[in-house]
Amino acid sequence: MGALSSYRMRLERKRLQIRAARKRFELTEVVNRTKAIKKGDVLAFTTLRNEVVRLPYFLQYYRQMGVVHFIMVDNGSDDGSREYLADQPDVSLWTTTHSYKKSRFGVDWLNGLQRRYGHEHWCLVVDVDELFIYPFCDTRPIGALTDWLDSSDVRSFGAMLIDMYPRGPIEEQLYRSGQDPLEITSWFDSGNYTIRKNHKFLNLWIQGGPRARAYFYDEPDKAPALNKVPLVKWQRGYAYASSTHMLVPRGLNLVYDEWGGEKASGCLLHTKFLNTFADKSEEEMDRGQHYADSFEYKAYRDGLQADTSLWCKWSEKYINWRQMEILGLMSKGNWA
Amino acid sequence: MLVHTAMDRAASVARHWASSGCPVVIHIDKSVKRAQVKKLKEALVDHQNIKFCKRHKVEWGTWSLVAATQSAAEMMLKEFPLVRHVYLASGSCLPLRPVNELQDYLASRPRTDFIESATTNDVPWTIGGFDQERFTLRFPFSWKKRRKLFDWYVRFQRRLGYKRRVPPGMVPHLGSQWWCLTRETLQAILEDPERQMYDRYFRRVWIPDESYFQSLARLHSQNVESRSLTLSKFDFQGKPHIFYDDHLQLLRRSDCFVARKIWPKADKLYSSFLSNDPSVTKNAEPNPGKIDRLFSKAVDRRVRGRSGLYMQSRFPRDGFENGKTCAGYSVFEGFTELFEDFETWLFKVAGGRVHGHLFHPKGVQFSGKEAFYNGALSDSAALRDAAPSSFLTNLVWSTRGERQCFQFGPGDEQGVSWFMATDSNAQISVISGAWAVPLFKSSNNFSFIRREAAALQKIEAQHLDILRSQYTNARVRIWTMADFILNPMEPLQIIIDEIAPRGRHRLTEAPKMADLTGFGQFLQDLKNQGMHPYLMGDFPVGDDPRSRPKPGRRPYLVKSTDV
Repeated sequence: MGALSSYRMRLERKRLQIRAARKRFELTEVVNRTKAIKKGDVLAFTTLRNEVVRLPYFLQYYRQMGVVHFIMVDNGSDDGSREYLADQPDVSLWTTTHSYKKSRFGVDWLNGLQRRYGHEHWCLVVDVDELFIYPFCDTRPIGALTDWLDSSDVRSFGAMLIDMYPRGPIEEQLYRSGQDPLEITSWFDSGNYTIRKNHKFLNLWIQGGPRARAYFYDEPDKAPALNKVPLVKWQRGYAYASSTHMLVPRGLNLVYDEWGGEKASGCLLHTKFLNTFADKSEEEMDRGQHYADSFEYKAYRDGLQADTSLWCKWSEKYINWRQMEILGLMSKGNWA
Repeated sequence: MLVHTAMDRAASVARHWASSGCPVVIHIDKSVKRAQVKKLKEALVDHQNIKFCKRHKVEWGTWSLVAATQSAAEMMLKEFPLVRHVYLASGSCLPLRPVNELQDYLASRPRTDFIESATTNDVPWTIGGFDQERFTLRFPFSWKKRRKLFDWYVRFQRRLGYKRRVPPGMVPHLGSQWWCLTRETLQAILEDPERQMYDRYFRRVWIPDESYFQSLARLHSQNVESRSLTLSKFDFQGKPHIFYDDHLQLLRRSDCFVARKIWPKADKLYSSFLSNDPSVTKNAEPNPGKIDRLFSKAVDRRVRGRSGLYMQSRFPRDGFENGKTCAGYSVFEGFTELFEDFETWLFKVAGGRVHGHLFHPKGVQFSGKEAFYNGALSDSAALRDAAPSSFLTNLVWSTRGERQCFQFGPGDEQGVSWFMATDSNAQISVISGAWAVPLFKSSNNFSFIRREAAALQKIEAQHLDILRSQYTNARVRIWTMADFILNPMEPLQIIIDEIAPRGRHRLTEAPKMADLTGFGQFLQDLKNQGMHPYLMGDFPVGDDPRSRPKPGRRPYLVKSTDV
């Protein structure tokens, strides 16, 4: 990489930071408990809108994993999400009614908050419908992973998005608040992902999965990106460039090995396709606040009206992280 | 015992040693905060046999670690005259077996020094490239803090051809930093009249904690047992593997005396092993084999990975795949055109999975005409063509354990040609020119056929050039159609034997060949139209081919790889 391209990346990074600083004025503090954060704590950062049904399990899942504090941005919920979160002892909450799209899908808001509160902490940026798994997550808390990454001088940890779906139509099974969404959306695609390298940001661009085969089978380029780097030992100068798909400085995107070996990686189980999804896609279509002019939601809605089942004969049923590692979707790397 | 972090764990381990009757001398790193030191000392104040030695500021890879060890060892010998063996441990070491078992073990070997030490020529463990050089160059700069200066100074010395002289009489040895020496040996090392000289020498050696005691023990010991009683495994970067709660059973079965490094928050390990409960182990010789395997597998995974796997954390560059796909597969070109119902026949004789044209422009022809296949691969042509080689690697990866066979030809998307040709797992068999048979059978008007034939011939010629290139690693066999039909059984037998080597039975039933009456005339007609079909070989007009039993020629093998 030449000096010029490095300099361009630097400008890009500065631009994103200024943008994040500006967008911070859009946020109103609801409750700030960040004083309770101690050195070495793992923090979670989340943007959400109308997710009160999912929140109890989300918080329980990550608390159990060892996440100590949640820093959340509520984007104009009207279903009680804000009130619910404000009551949680380990949540710091900001709220805004500004445009999700104009804050680049929440990234600017979170970049600003991470810059302020995430410095020198391992930060996990996840959506409410994403469940993070990593090697040995059933026996070791997330602190074991971050300690190991620290001792290996690794600053970022990749976790690919795996779309989970139920067997049968999406709206068939009802999700109860507090329930493990994987009880319903327990199926996934194990081997239809394609990978390309993005030479500008050095990250891998992964596409595929059920959304690609069901909604984008004739326009594969438009299929959503699945590569993510959700766990980063944050430093003030860092910024997410596009959702959690890639970061600047771009060295943080090198979560893969190019010489034949495997680095350790995890998965984000994306439990979006619950019965709540049907209502949501109507609403989100009206708001038009999503990626590529809600192209995805449009495709889902068209799909939903016909046949909403993503399940096929070759779908795999989720068991645990070891299964994901055997299937080659994630890796233990040299962590044993 | 060398301590620098996780004071509370160090304290509980020290208490365990001390209350089991082993005096402990603790060296606390000078960079540890005063409050923490005070807390540690207070926590251990009730133990008469725990002492604290002079503190040094310890930095990894430098002499300070040896200096700290020397101070602690001197104090141990001076303060506790009854000590027979001295065990060097760290704050993150954990005794796995009851301490009295270790005491018995050492008591029955009173003159043995347990210290791993090998000469540099004989060990491959050194990481970072300095094996002999760590003893012949000077390393005054910190590797962690002043990397550039460190590297520059190493290069500088190499260019000068500078070499230090190793102290006479001493042979440099390397080994694990964690040893257990007898009082006599340790005393001899510390009270050596030449110690000043040795110390001066080792001050500038790279990572002296792995060589100082190891080399000097060879001078003074009567009986060196070259192994460490501490179970400590290193990964490919030279940093120790860490043990967690889920290693409990593995550690129990290892029968090692002490393990490091333990994750400080591994509560279950600490509570289970700091018990001196004899039922934990079975008083056997240490046997770390299982743990060795676990960790060497981990290193292998990190360094070599699983061949044929492309995923979010393994995306090898060209040439570093270590196997482009994960298993063998067979590609048939021209067979379905020449033979009727070839796929059924192939499945009967070879088994595995026989697909149609996977790269057909209209869509993927999976076996059984399925819309989805293993791994939920879709039959959509657009999805496949967005990344044709990914499609193939995904298919082969998802069907591990079952051989995949598929048809290919000039009518298919050619995007994977190079990938298959350079993949040593591919077995590619080509009957060149067989694409003419369906055209010969078709009832389209002749000018269309002529155009089509010209296009297909051009594509196939390019494809054959790729298969014959010097970069080809696949097992490629090419016959012209004319050659093949003279004696189809022999080449078929060779291909099938390769696919199913255990079968090894003679083929009895040949696939049924298409009726080629008039094919020679058809080719002549093409020639008359100015299109010259040459890939199929020679078909004289009027001499229509029939299956004639005739000893055929050996197949034309372009390039073979080891099977």
